[in-house]
Amino acid sequence: MRFDTAPSPHLPPANSVSRLMLLVLLALVPGILMQWWQFGPGVLINIGIAVVVAELAEAAVLSLRRRPLKPFLSDGSAALTAVLLAVALPPLSPAWMTAFGTLFALIFGKHLYGGLGYNPFNPAMVGYAVLLISFPRHMTAWMPPADLLPQAPGFGDTLALIFQRENAPVFDGLAQATPLDTLKTQLGLARGVDEIQSVARIFDAIGGKGWQWVNLGYLAGGLWLLRRGLIGWQIPAGFLVTLFAAAMLGFLFDPALHPTPLFHLFSGATMLGAFFIATDPVSAATTPRGRLLYGAGIGLLVFVIRSWGGYPDGVAFAVLLLNLAAPAIDYYTQPRVYGHGS
Amino acid sequence: MFKLWQFGGGVHLDTHKTESTGRPLRDAGLPEHLILPLQQRGTSTAKPVVAPGERVLRGQLLARDENPLNPPIHASTSGIVKAIEDLPLPHPSGLPGPCLVIEVDGEDEGLAQEPMEDVRDLPVEELRRRIHEAGIVGLGGAAFPAAVKVDPGARRRIDTLVLNGAECEPYITCDDSLMRHYPDDVLGGAEILLHILGAERCLLGIEDDMPEAIAALEAAKASGGYERIEIVPVPAVYPTGGEKQLIKVLTGREVPAGGIPADAGIVCQNVGTAAAIHRALVHGESLTSRIVTVTGPGVRKPQNLMVRIGTPIAHLIAQCGGYTEHAQRLILGGPMMGLALPSDELPIIKAANCVLVAGSELVTGEKQALPCIRCGECATTCPVNLLPQQLYWYSRADNLDRAVEHHLADCIECGCCDFVCPSHIPLVQYFRAAKAQVTARQRERDKAAHAKTRFEFREQRKEREKLEKAESARRKKELLERVQNDAS
Ligand code: SF4
Ligand code: SF4
Repeated sequence: MRFDTAPSPHLPPANSVSRLMLLVLLALVPGILMQWWQFGPGVLINIGIAVVVAELAEAAVLSLRRRPLKPFLSDGSAALTAVLLAVALPPLSPAWMTAFGTLFALIFGKHLYGGLGYNPFNPAMVGYAVLLISFPRHMTAWMPPADLLPQAPGFGDTLALIFQRENAPVFDGLAQATPLDTLKTQLGLARGVDEIQSVARIFDAIGGKGWQWVNLGYLAGGLWLLRRGLIGWQIPAGFLVTLFAAAMLGFLFDPALHPTPLFHLFSGATMLGAFFIATDPVSAATTPRGRLLYGAGIGLLVFVIRSWGGYPDGVAFAVLLLNLAAPAIDYYTQPRVYGHGS
Repeated sequence: MFKLWQFGGGVHLDTHKTESTGRPLRDAGLPEHLILPLQQRGTSTAKPVVAPGERVLRGQLLARDENPLNPPIHASTSGIVKAIEDLPLPHPSGLPGPCLVIEVDGEDEGLAQEPMEDVRDLPVEELRRRIHEAGIVGLGGAAFPAAVKVDPGARRRIDTLVLNGAECEPYITCDDSLMRHYPDDVLGGAEILLHILGAERCLLGIEDDMPEAIAALEAAKASGGYERIEIVPVPAVYPTGGEKQLIKVLTGREVPAGGIPADAGIVCQNVGTAAAIHRALVHGESLTSRIVTVTGPGVRKPQNLMVRIGTPIAHLIAQCGGYTEHAQRLILGGPMMGLALPSDELPIIKAANCVLVAGSELVTGEKQALPCIRCGECATTCPVNLLPQQLYWYSRADNLDRAVEHHLADCIECGCCDFVCPSHIPLVQYFRAAKAQVTARQRERDKAAHAKTRFEFREQRKEREKLEKAESARRKKELLERVQNDAS
């Protein structure tokens, strides 16, 4: 009998890119549910817009580049980029803004560099940063969590608001600054952290009101990813431990100027960033020690940007800056190869 | 408790061991003919000492070679030498090489046995010579000649013998079967090896999912009083059975890059090799048979067989109830490092530990490779701590110097990185190709260097000859002048 002769290994592969992306999307679900619960259905609509735009853009660019559509469209990476960008946007962002950010992320953040695997920057964060720079007012105006609103908009109203229909209803106090933002501007007015937190109603026990729940949701999804071995522990650990340590130093040094370390961990995009954004494999450092350093660098920068930078949250810029450093980090952190002395 | 060390990386695989261990070990019987390749390692070919038409007996010498890397070849049963001709070799390429074919007569008549002297009375050189003469090579898969391996050179002091019973590839259970049924041969062989090497202790590494083999060895150890041999269960992680990995796990030492285990004071042999050495030195048997696992979803009755070297694989398949409808790929060895063979007419060689007939669930067909997403899984899983992703970039870009700098040569081709890569990049294929290129380039360089020295040598000679000519001309002239002066 005759047989074909393929090279070893002769086992079906343990994993695939599409499965990986799918599981990461799945791990985002608890955080998204929390966001829905706390900030209304806007997040779902944003995700819908971003995913549709992303898949269309991906298909268009692939056919322009004369690349096969099927393997790349089904790899799930465009959808993941879209969702990561969408959950980072304010829940009532206008549809055109979400679409623009997604297009920018995919075209400038990904395909201009060569597509899947070749982008040096995290595409979702490229899209986010562009929106933040171009439309800072829109981007920092989140609605307060549902229980602070006299009347929360329903699904239909949210749709109307996002698509900016003529007949969209008017609600009071829908656009507000986030807790991180409030803290930043108020500290700028020489108020102490204590005073700010007691006056503004958007702070809660550990983080921002609503925000702490969202962060807990992403933390849960992230821990699940870790347990399944789908992400390494180094980046999230480096990120969170460094952020905590830096915040602790600040807090001990002057509690009037610095919120608690827990506030840093459970507000803004901390957990989303630590488990889902910084861990984007393509643009992160790749060696084990390199990843620890990479995560730590992001954690430190997040603290620095939040405390002294020009933007309320720092995750997007911290990630993009460390993306820049990743190749150098990799170069200097190569592991010792077996048999090569220490 | 024995202290174990760890090597980084590795993968947990479904072991699929029970398929073949579910049936007892039995003899594969005699095939109709045997095919014995005359070339084992390296490029030299053993010269036949028998002629076609001649009747040979089991254990009789058939061919030998000056090259120590190509130990002698013996008949594994009685029969008539039918031909000495080029036949396809058990290799994916199916390229032919010189083989000796024996038509089996079914008598299985063996050479008369001479009584053996006590091993301990013989000088070490004589023991090594007999290991070579018995045609023993490593039975773990690499087929490195045992006599060469137990001669580490006077400069190296060996303190530890490591016996490899870890058998970490899925599906393969021939060593398990051997240790269950012939523990005395294994430990006896270890004792002889300790004697030859002058080593203090033997560590026998065995994966902890082989309780019966461990029990058999422990019992044999207790009754035989082998005090210097320690049986050490090791975690069942692939590739714990890799020589370098097992040495690390058992001793914490690393084989220096570019070196051999003896550089770390260790000699490592497969348990099957130890048993073969025992059979050879104590019972006078040459290496003419071995245990082979025949398994996989493609065979009806997976099992372990005692097989005469040279038996065509088709005979073994028939012994196991034939193929199932799943049979798609014939693999010599395990799924991670085994070679896919084009045909079942090919023979079992000394290094053949397993015939795996893979079905569609093992064979993935054309998997579409996506670009590397730099996930680093390959680096996490590499047991040698390489960065396969970087090696891949450099290999692909033909940047061989950088690949060598990133220790391409240290890749053991275990396939771990390839297996875990979510982008389905055939990493090992790239590394094999790059290594081959490096070797070819080195050969070119050597050749160029050789040509250069030859050229320089010739130039020097020409120059010297020119000088010599000028010198002799000058002398002649001088002489002439002197003669003329004298005359005047
Ligand atoms: S496992 Fe594959 S995709 Fe991941 S870094 Fe290695 S080569 Fe790239
Ligand atoms: S095949 Fe080579 S590079 Fe890949 S895991 Fe094994 S040793 Fe490492």
